[in-house]
Amino acid sequence: MNAEIRPIRTPAEQALIAELGGLPAGTDRLADLRRAAARSFEEHGLPHRRVEEWKYTDLRTLMRDAVPVAGTAAVAEADARARALREVEVRRIVVANGAVVPELSDLAGLEEGLTITTLAGAIASGDEVLSRIGGILPGRYDAALALNTALAKDGVVLTVAPGVSIARPIHVAHVFAGDAAAASYARSLVVVGAGAKLTYVESFEGPEAIAYQANSATEFVVGDEAHLDVVRLQQDGGSAFHLSTILFDVGRHAQVHAFTFATGASVARTSLYATLSGDASHVGFNGAALLKGRQHSDSTLFVDHQVPGCESRELFKTVLDDSSRGVFQGKIVVRQAAQKTDGRMMSRALLLGEDAEMDNKPELEIFADDVACGHGATCGDIDEELLFYLRARGIPLKEAQSLLVQAFVGEAIETVEHDGLREALVEQAEAWLKARG
Amino acid sequence: MAMLDIDNLHAKIDGDEGQEILKGLSLKVNPGEVHAIMGPNGSGKSTLSYILAGKEDYEVTDGSVTLDGEDLLEMEIDERAAKGVFLAFQYPVEVPGVATMTFLRSALNAQRKKRGEAEISTPDFLRLVRDKAANLGISQDMLRRGVNVGFSGGEKKRAEILQMAILEPKLCILDETDSGLDIDALKVVSEGVNALRSPDRAMIVITHYQRLLNHIVPDFVHVMHKGRIVRSGGKELALELEANGYAEYQQDAA
Repeated sequence: MNAEIRPIRTPAEQALIAELGGLPAGTDRLADLRRAAARSFEEHGLPHRRVEEWKYTDLRTLMRDAVPVAGTAAVAEADARARALREVEVRRIVVANGAVVPELSDLAGLEEGLTITTLAGAIASGDEVLSRIGGILPGRYDAALALNTALAKDGVVLTVAPGVSIARPIHVAHVFAGDAAAASYARSLVVVGAGAKLTYVESFEGPEAIAYQANSATEFVVGDEAHLDVVRLQQDGGSAFHLSTILFDVGRHAQVHAFTFATGASVARTSLYATLSGDASHVGFNGAALLKGRQHSDSTLFVDHQVPGCESRELFKTVLDDSSRGVFQGKIVVRQAAQKTDGRMMSRALLLGEDAEMDNKPELEIFADDVACGHGATCGDIDEELLFYLRARGIPLKEAQSLLVQAFVGEAIETVEHDGLREALVEQAEAWLKARG
Repeated sequence: MAMLDIDNLHAKIDGDEGQEILKGLSLKVNPGEVHAIMGPNGSGKSTLSYILAGKEDYEVTDGSVTLDGEDLLEMEIDERAAKGVFLAFQYPVEVPGVATMTFLRSALNAQRKKRGEAEISTPDFLRLVRDKAANLGISQDMLRRGVNVGFSGGEKKRAEILQMAILEPKLCILDETDSGLDIDALKVVSEGVNALRSPDRAMIVITHYQRLLNHIVPDFVHVMHKGRIVRSGGKELALELEANGYAEYQQDAA
């Protein structure tokens, strides 16, 4: 008797495969990439709990239905939805339902050395920058990224010329607009030239009650001695499904800091892949998630030290109220050539809700023999001794809890270098605590 | 009516089937008075201070405590603080990430709010902190840090007295404030405490050693042993204890 190896395809997988069947023909590199991604999805489908990297975020179960690909968003609605970071002085680009909205995007008067185009525009004009897309490989099958590669038609394509420092942060505001559940796919590419400097912000927002699915992927190619700060604000609507992937290729002596702040979505998974391919770079990947209700939020990191002398730091803070669930998976790989690697990873969770759950899985895989690596994970309640101290000075219970939670996530937020963005994140954390009452 | 009236207080660790730590302690404290409570380790001195401040690890099994006639034991921790109870901790905790200034302001405003007073203005608050901090030798750098973070033992004790000076409590409870202080720090802290002595304010000074009482001179000295006050007297009682130790009480009880 033949054993059935492939599980039966779920309705979501069937619908997605049907969607992939409609990919345009084409002989260029991008069309090949799309087809390869579609084939891998057809082969592997949605990951489930027996797939190690998705053990705590079983997409097969969580993503019951695939929804149709979203149509073009109404400009006025997209504008109304893009609320994030309005108070910060940035260059804003709005991506609604996966497509750049030129009317809402500030693409005039670009600083010298800064080029911004759209993925759709680059495809239409056959821009040579496209050869960079799909250049950073996660090193393993990733369903969210495969779907993105196959289905994304637009996004932001940005380059900073070597040696150029862009002071004003670029803010790509992803929004979902519409009144029916739909899926959006956005693919962006950021190339920071050697010795260049850039602050790049991504935000995600949408209606509270619509079960839309937002899938985004951004590749960051960071040149030698370049300096890149990435700040991400995931505030998708409370019924939404958020799947995002960020990929980094980091050059020699480069400095990269990424911070993800997450309070949104019903189910969220952010995968970060970093390939340290130039020696003596420094990367810091940090984050804070504030969860409530039945939210599920997963941060999965894969940091690949391929060359000697790089330093990586990860600090993730998760606050879990009610019966929310947080997941942190971090893997540091140190290749045999990557001597003198210094890698440290820490995940800390604060459980406020009785039924909250945190799953921490830090991993080290070391093939070199002269390295300093460490990881840690903690889970706990608010420290009763600290709470007593604050209350003994007259601070009421809720306020004392808020101060301590604020301090807890503050340690991670502090790593954001840009003053305006850091203050905005602190305010977001305050607003979350205030809403908690 | 006494400001603080502790009557026949019995208490044990919450959830613990074991012995009572306080076994019928009674004490009356009037405004303007400074009471010293002395006693060997394990006599229940710190337990008393925690119970007055409202720490939830203890269960009062008998007796009563009133503050200006109100049942103190029924009040929430922060409510007690707003009514004027202040405990200067033996081991003040570090609170990373909560800036000292934010903490002081939150505490002061929370207390004012509970008393129906207006919040303090920013300039008034800054002036208040600057003046009080200068007297205690607390630098601006310390104020910018997280509460007690990286402070030495002596700095932590000075920071406690700064909080006391800013919050202006009615009843100050100093739990082993002298522990870990060298003689210079002891002087600064004592001067800070003495500056707060007033006809409206009462103090309970808990200490193991007599030397603190050379600097903060008490009106009354009580000897605490095995959860009760076994002897009371004037400030000369402290000198007698210094000379003879606690041995006689330990023998009495044995």
